[in-house]
Amino acid sequence: MSSTNTKDPNAAVGLEGGTIIAVTRRARLAEFWYYFSQNRGAVIGLYVFLAIVVIALLAPVIAPHSPSMQNRGSFLLPPVWQEGGNWSFILGTDAVGRDLLSRLIYGARFSLFIGVVVVSVAVSVGILIGLIAGYFRGAVDTVIMRVMDIILAFPSLLLALVLVAILGPGLVNAMIAIALVQQPHYVRLTRAAVMSEKGRDYVTAARVAGASNIRLMFKTILPNCTAPLIVQAALSFSTAILDAAALGFLGMGAQPPTPEWGTMLAEAREFILRAWWVVTFPGLAILITVLAINLMGDGLRDALDPKLKRS
Amino acid sequence: MLRFFLSRLALLIPTFIGVSIVAFSFIRLLPGDPIMLLAGERGMSEERYQQLQALYGFDQPLFVQYFNYMTDLLQGDFGTSIVTKRPLLQEFLTLFPATIELSLCAIIVAVAIGVPLGVIAAVRRGSWLDQTVMGAALVGYSMPIFWWGLLLIIFFSGILGWTPVSGRISLLYFFPPVTGFMLIDSLLSGQAGAFKSALSHLILPTIVLATIPLAVIARQTRSAMLEVLGEDYVRTARSKGLPPRRVIGLHALRNALIPVVTTIGLQVGVLLAGAILTETIFSWPGIGKWMVDSVFKRDYAVVQGGLLLIAAIIMIVNLIVDVLYGLINPRIRH
Repeated sequence: MSSTNTKDPNAAVGLEGGTIIAVTRRARLAEFWYYFSQNRGAVIGLYVFLAIVVIALLAPVIAPHSPSMQNRGSFLLPPVWQEGGNWSFILGTDAVGRDLLSRLIYGARFSLFIGVVVVSVAVSVGILIGLIAGYFRGAVDTVIMRVMDIILAFPSLLLALVLVAILGPGLVNAMIAIALVQQPHYVRLTRAAVMSEKGRDYVTAARVAGASNIRLMFKTILPNCTAPLIVQAALSFSTAILDAAALGFLGMGAQPPTPEWGTMLAEAREFILRAWWVVTFPGLAILITVLAINLMGDGLRDALDPKLKRS
Repeated sequence: MLRFFLSRLALLIPTFIGVSIVAFSFIRLLPGDPIMLLAGERGMSEERYQQLQALYGFDQPLFVQYFNYMTDLLQGDFGTSIVTKRPLLQEFLTLFPATIELSLCAIIVAVAIGVPLGVIAAVRRGSWLDQTVMGAALVGYSMPIFWWGLLLIIFFSGILGWTPVSGRISLLYFFPPVTGFMLIDSLLSGQAGAFKSALSHLILPTIVLATIPLAVIARQTRSAMLEVLGEDYVRTARSKGLPPRRVIGLHALRNALIPVVTTIGLQVGVLLAGAILTETIFSWPGIGKWMVDSVFKRDYAVVQGGLLLIAAIIMIVNLIVDVLYGLINPRIRH
């Protein structure tokens, strides 16, 4: 019985077999795409994001050099269009002669990896805690929400910075810290959605039919709460990339010589007035990635949550 | 109104206790013994170790330690910096005005530019102006501000030579701090050029710190205005022949500002997080840089106390925003 799994409880009533459900799913996807594609920025964002994903996946194929190879005799070479640049290092080289373009291409892998891991961890932990808080209410709820308030009382970057100081600098610890400071948002969203869905007739019907708490939480209620969570996931994907880059920049994230964009910026800082390219390009890569994801996030919100006005 | 205020204040107490537990546990969660960290690579004798343990109270049970810590806190004793040996609160109070000055300037810039831009974008909905403003706001919102600061330094300090790279004022000027706000102190000092120097040091950090709040406020103002512009009372005001400027400025904007005030309040946390990066880039001697430096110097007393103070400030500001919100929007008081 996959019918209880569909998003709209009314659509599931009286449907037999998988074909009709498949059709309604396709129709819903078409509807989603219709609203999503109304937002031109969102479509551009999607294409840019897909391009970044392809670049990250194919990094070993398209990068002209190894990201860690130091080329003696070509330190701080400017980009090709500037005097002194040459075609084998299109965006120039850094202070130890590594090809900037190749490092940026490999850096895309880290940024996407950070985004995926942080969001997956924050979403799954946040949803689980939020479901428990919203479903059981009472003392459990109070304790959980107070703990979330405590986490939210600190500026997220500061808390992440201190957590990394406890755990020790590094990419994995930075991701754990960022996931931890992000999950209260999912807890709150899930809890609010669960509380508004819990009193609906279809939940009561399922309960009367004998569904267990676990089934009610995960199969009956959760699928109807996903829209705001998807939008939040898109937005926190970009926040995760920004925060990880900021930690890298402060020396607490990925450690050199990892070609993570924030770490590259930290390494480039001392050459800021001598070699503009080592500073400009890594930041531009962060900006483009984050911007593309935020554009997509706006489009997702328009398509999934018609109640919210376009802003 | 007082009851509303007190009920909100009462809600803060458990959160504050929780925050103090987090800050307290922090120093105990760290890998390694805090006393051995003090000794550094030299190490220390067993006798001296015991002595220091007793001095810092680490030999007592955890809950006794926490109780003592809270008793000290309530008496205004936040501990002593391990590195400078100065009382923590004193260091905080010396550095905090620098952060306030920067944050205030940033929020003023963000509101002064963000609100009008949002209003214009809403009134001219769909025009190229709207699209440009909203496009720029999205870029601002997506900006890695640490990079943005470096770019501004390259352009304005490196290429044009207009602004200094770091600090609060040129080393040429010296005067005792009166208010802690460099702009005011430099004026009070009466030294020629001091105010200009302070101002030129402030410009770039302000722009960097204002960027994200500005973008958020512009987006929020626009969507709040769009909502309000469709309301009946706005149509009534229009139909009775009021000039558009009056309708938008008086009838629409005042109501649209209600959610915007909340947004502005919520930016305080964003500002303090942004201050960490901004102050690091511009070597601005405020609490953001203080915290980062302490993390690197492993001055855990400062990190612990700083976390607590910063969280307390954010909670108090959020409380004020809540109360303000209740004042301008009586509906939520009940």
